[in-house]
Amino acid sequence: MTSEACALAALGILMGGAVLALACGRKSGAAGLVAVAASAAAAVLGLCAALPVLRAGTGWASQAPWSLPWATLSLGMDGLSAYFLAFILVLAVPAAAYGRGYLAHHGPSTWTSASWAFFQVLVASMALVVLARDGVLFLIAWEGMSVASFFLVIYDHERPEVRSDALVYLVATHLGAAALMAMFGFWGSGTGSLTFDALAAAPLGSRAAWAVFLLALAGFGSKAGLAPFHVWLPRAHPAAPSHVSALMSGVMIKMGVYGLMRVLLMLGPPPLGWGYTLLAMGALSAVGGVIYALAQHDLKRLLAYHSVENVGIITMGLGAGLVARSAGMETVAVVALCGSLLHVLNHGLFKSLLFYSGGAAAQASGTRDMERLGGLLRRMPVTGAAFLAGAVAICALPPFNGFVSEWLVYSGLLGGALQGQGVPSAALFVAIPVLALVGGLALACFAKAAGVVFLGEPRSEGASACKEVSPWMTVPMVLTALACAGVGLAAPWVIATVMPAARALAGIPGIPVGSLPEGMAPLSAVVLAGWALLALTGILLGARRLLLRGRTVTEAPTWGCGFTAATPRMQYTASSFAGPLLAPLARLMRPSLRTKRPKGIFPKSAAFRSHYEDPADRGLFDPAVRLLERLGGALRPLQHGHLQVYLLYVLLTLVALVVWEVLS
Amino acid sequence: MTAHGWNALTVLPALVLAPLLLGIIGKTKAFVGGRQGAPLLQPYRDLARLLGKGAVYSRTATWVFRAAPSVSLAAILLACLLLPAGPLGAPLAFPGDLILFAYLLALARFSVVAGAMDTGSSFEGMGASREAAFSAFAEPGFFLVLGVLAWKEQALSLGTILGGADVLSWGGQMPALLLAAAALFLVLLAENSRIPVDDPATHLELTMIHEVLVLDHSGPDLAFILYGSALKMWLYGALLVSLLVPAGGPAWASAALFLGGMAGVAVFVGVVESVMARLRLDRVPRFLGLAGVLAALAALLLMTGGQP
Repeated sequence: MTSEACALAALGILMGGAVLALACGRKSGAAGLVAVAASAAAAVLGLCAALPVLRAGTGWASQAPWSLPWATLSLGMDGLSAYFLAFILVLAVPAAAYGRGYLAHHGPSTWTSASWAFFQVLVASMALVVLARDGVLFLIAWEGMSVASFFLVIYDHERPEVRSDALVYLVATHLGAAALMAMFGFWGSGTGSLTFDALAAAPLGSRAAWAVFLLALAGFGSKAGLAPFHVWLPRAHPAAPSHVSALMSGVMIKMGVYGLMRVLLMLGPPPLGWGYTLLAMGALSAVGGVIYALAQHDLKRLLAYHSVENVGIITMGLGAGLVARSAGMETVAVVALCGSLLHVLNHGLFKSLLFYSGGAAAQASGTRDMERLGGLLRRMPVTGAAFLAGAVAICALPPFNGFVSEWLVYSGLLGGALQGQGVPSAALFVAIPVLALVGGLALACFAKAAGVVFLGEPRSEGASACKEVSPWMTVPMVLTALACAGVGLAAPWVIATVMPAARALAGIPGIPVGSLPEGMAPLSAVVLAGWALLALTGILLGARRLLLRGRTVTEAPTWGCGFTAATPRMQYTASSFAGPLLAPLARLMRPSLRTKRPKGIFPKSAAFRSHYEDPADRGLFDPAVRLLERLGGALRPLQHGHLQVYLLYVLLTLVALVVWEVLS
Repeated sequence: MTAHGWNALTVLPALVLAPLLLGIIGKTKAFVGGRQGAPLLQPYRDLARLLGKGAVYSRTATWVFRAAPSVSLAAILLACLLLPAGPLGAPLAFPGDLILFAYLLALARFSVVAGAMDTGSSFEGMGASREAAFSAFAEPGFFLVLGVLAWKEQALSLGTILGGADVLSWGGQMPALLLAAAALFLVLLAENSRIPVDDPATHLELTMIHEVLVLDHSGPDLAFILYGSALKMWLYGALLVSLLVPAGGPAWASAALFLGGMAGVAVFVGVVESVMARLRLDRVPRFLGLAGVLAALAALLLMTGGQP
């Protein structure tokens, strides 16, 4: 089969699977199986479609007329689309399998079957987003993605907070979509066609190009969760079931990154200002995301803020690549862009892993509040080990995959700072300590999350009664963890899949020659170091074992300085752990702290509560929603609730249309 | 990437002499304090004694606690391979290895912090939190120093940077070098749990940072941790010495200069520890901010001073 046929077949199987899942009705277990099978089949077909394009470097395009006005059925695949298509379809498989286990305890229901249908529609529409080559088709796929994910988020609709969080998501995603409609409308106004070829060929002045870029940044940035457009993200991810959180956080938000990259490819050589803008927004997201992650008590909310951080790192890599390209340093640009693109995959892998294991912990213990968890590694050995692996990977520690992509981003920044002159060089240099700070804070945050949730003693009965989850959930975790290690230890082979897209974005035509192109050679040394690290650790663990053989090894209570903790709740909590990190930022973050101090000689009770409100809520989203409400309020007089009035509206509209038709 | 068999010898001085640094620091502190102090070789005796013992583990702890010392030491050992020592080049060098260097130290920190959280002790949780926080605040300054050095030498490999960064080659850019070295010294104090950030000799768990982190380790595990921190001291010291001590000349001369420089750093740390008081904990972020500001000034001076 050709690449095009495979891609279309994958879409067809997913949509067929969606219909079949709906047909399962109350047998939602069967619907889950259908989703797993359809996702697996689509993933195989997706790889068949993507790999030849990635290997050959040449894609395909097809066009068919469509009855919609201004629209054509244009599809196409190039290096960028192929990379993202494979990424979406492959990562959907473990999410489906995990979801099959995760939803099992909800019992069979039609609503669960419907949720499986929406799951497949979401995957199919994401695939269509990266294949679409026409503005209208793109927006339809984009909308399908938003609506399907909204219904997935609102799965637990009996809970009022889930409903309100899902509504915030729906509003935020449509504010973003409005920016995209404005972008396509503005861009295509002179061309008469919205196919990407026509748009790319449209002559845009520098101001118009800036306008398109900024609209794309707002529209795609809000989907990607780039600060300050990230308001929906820390709400929707915790509200959704964990396999959906994993798919949304790991995969769906990357559609924003894809969109931004696609628009940049179509706009041609970027001015320096775009690179600076992306670098600055990426830095804001990365720092803001990790700081607010530190302040969270809710495990899934913490993970959601880390998505803001990681999208920031991806955007910094993209910005660095554009700055390097505009300053004439193509090799450096390729390195930074490879880092950015590889981080898309890496974040997809480790964030899925973290949501799988974190979600399993939350489901088994019945709470997402980290202050009530603890000691889960003993009770859930596979889940706990998976979370630790994900934590090491997301902190960009060698030898896991996160290190490779962050190393590439750092190399791009440093290389550009060294080779460049003047402002571009200084801008890239300034980004280095920012990324270093983010790395340090992320490490602290995951030491907190992994330490408080999985290590130590359980802080509540729910946590101490936890049992390991079913193989439906543990097998996807193990596979994803192995993939994290695998990408880290076999990076030179994986990098080949992002190379075509990185070169296109860097403005270098053609396909790379040889195994590792210029600028990438040290990558094999990075990987070698990863293997060396594993070997050294193995040797030391062996040496330790040998030393301890035949000696007395005993177990005793933890050293408590003469007073062993009376209750496990006396362990260091997540809030206390984050305390020294957040204290210097208190003036910036303005937390609301409520303290009830112990009083008197025999104090009865004391309490401490901290809450960090996201400034993006207060400063951006709330005013925007209030404005919408005021505009919507202006239309309210039209609504009376009387049937007669509505019939009158219909009549008036018909008359107006007839008059219009006659006059024109 | 270059990996020379010869250069594998570079790690030998580090592996053998690193615990001596701690001995020198201790002796210096004793001398300034007018005491006899522990013998110079005491750290070696401690290590030998611990390696010969069995171990006691907390009932709360899992495999994370047991694996943490080995992982941490492995990461630090690998970092040793990335640094040159005096006339000997680095055994493992490639463009961008300075980032690997920093992240290996981060991995060492993460594993020890996770091990501490695994005991369920409030004291160790507290130490873990402080260690993670202060290292995070030290990170920008450290990366800025690395960036300044890379920029000056126009190279991305620690081996090349430090091999070339001769104090005499800085000439008119000496102020930038001194600022960077000062920033690096502040980071050295913080990352090696020295006064004014932490006090390795304190006896109260509440006031410890690094010591309380490893409170529950015993036997060979504790030996790994102690040896790892000695090596870490050596790594930061070697960065500083390679920067400040002139290279070149016959191999024996530069080797002697390097080793003398290392001893000098240890003595200086001992003096600083003797004459300074500890900072209040909430002042430490400012102290580390100072390191960042010094490094940023160095970068500014270097970049406005024109391309080398």
